[in-house]
Amino acid sequence: MCVVLASSRCSPPRPFCRETCLSGEREFSCGFSSVLLLTAPDVRLVVGPSSEEKQSKPGRYKDSLKEDLEKADLVISHAGAGSCLETLEKRKPLVVVVNEKLMNNHQLELAKQLHKDGHLFYCTCSTLPGLLQSVDLSTVKYFPPGHPEKFSAFLDKVVGLQK
Amino acid sequence: MASALILAATAGVVAVLLALRLWVVLHSRVVVPRESLSLMAVVGSGGHTTEILRLLEHLSSAYSPRHYIIADTDEMSAQKISSFELYRADRDPSTMFPKYYIHRIPRSREVQQSWLSTVLSTLYASWLSFPLTYRVKPDLVLCNGPGTCVPICVSALLLGILGIKKVIIVYVESICRVEHLSLSGKILFHLSDYFIVQWPTLKEKYPKSVYLGRIV
Repeated sequence: MCVVLASSRCSPPRPFCRETCLSGEREFSCGFSSVLLLTAPDVRLVVGPSSEEKQSKPGRYKDSLKEDLEKADLVISHAGAGSCLETLEKRKPLVVVVNEKLMNNHQLELAKQLHKDGHLFYCTCSTLPGLLQSVDLSTVKYFPPGHPEKFSAFLDKVVGLQK
Repeated sequence: MASALILAATAGVVAVLLALRLWVVLHSRVVVPRESLSLMAVVGSGGHTTEILRLLEHLSSAYSPRHYIIADTDEMSAQKISSFELYRADRDPSTMFPKYYIHRIPRSREVQQSWLSTVLSTLYASWLSFPLTYRVKPDLVLCNGPGTCVPICVSALLLGILGIKKVIIVYVESICRVEHLSLSGKILFHLSDYFIVQWPTLKEKYPKSVYLGRIV
């Protein structure tokens, strides 16, 4: 299953997301059996084949993507830090679509660095279909976890918290 | 003529005094031993929320009470904070009732908002931030980049300048910022007590920053 993550705040508009799902289904050589599109604040479910579409009632945004990410064989996402970190920590192959309209395009910086380190693939809306045709998901490298405990140790020291 | 000169001279003296106070506040790094401290965390939306909650997850229960500042239009972050606090309480059996509060202020800037209107909305947010910061008087302000954090940090600095309270300001630049600081980062680099970056490129560009590796 291919899971597409989008945020209504930062992503390309919804018609693109729907188009991505449909183009994704056409382009994938291995043929994903279903595509799940998650957008805040609603959840929209698209189930293959591409001619069939189901839509759930608008509801609360899923607090955690864990369940859907577990089922994914590929994740296509906007390049937001939260989506990238959650997906990479689940060791799922990730393609990020960068939003060219963002100020200074900070998402592109992260996408480029993580791609350079071998953790994901990135593209824009227009280059997504081409990338999906040529991508080799087996080349993705393991993404090590961060160390928030180093932050808490540093903070304890500088604020004077006694042990 | 004379009164105008006196007024100008007074304004000049006040400005110099304020600048001196600002310099003293920014360079005061006295570590006061303590057993607990109140924390004000500025929570942006989306990835900012995810990152800051990850940072807070590993902080001990000494960081209490926790005051979360969110933009008034951000309901998702309010839900995430409540879930997070429940999770903390489950994990720490000694906490009967988590001490946390959620405060809302106007968002300084929406995505794709023009620069001119951003200045106006930031000034408006600042106008509302100071009474909140004054009322809470946190020991520590923690933020990671959303526009919402600038008015809060400026208010915290003002508490120090006016001699009301020295507030420690800690800024953690988002993991998204690999080679360039965010606009909030560029402003708060000069105004925070500790400025933390998560990529070595930024540490090279800003040697005075703190680099601990990736912490989210």
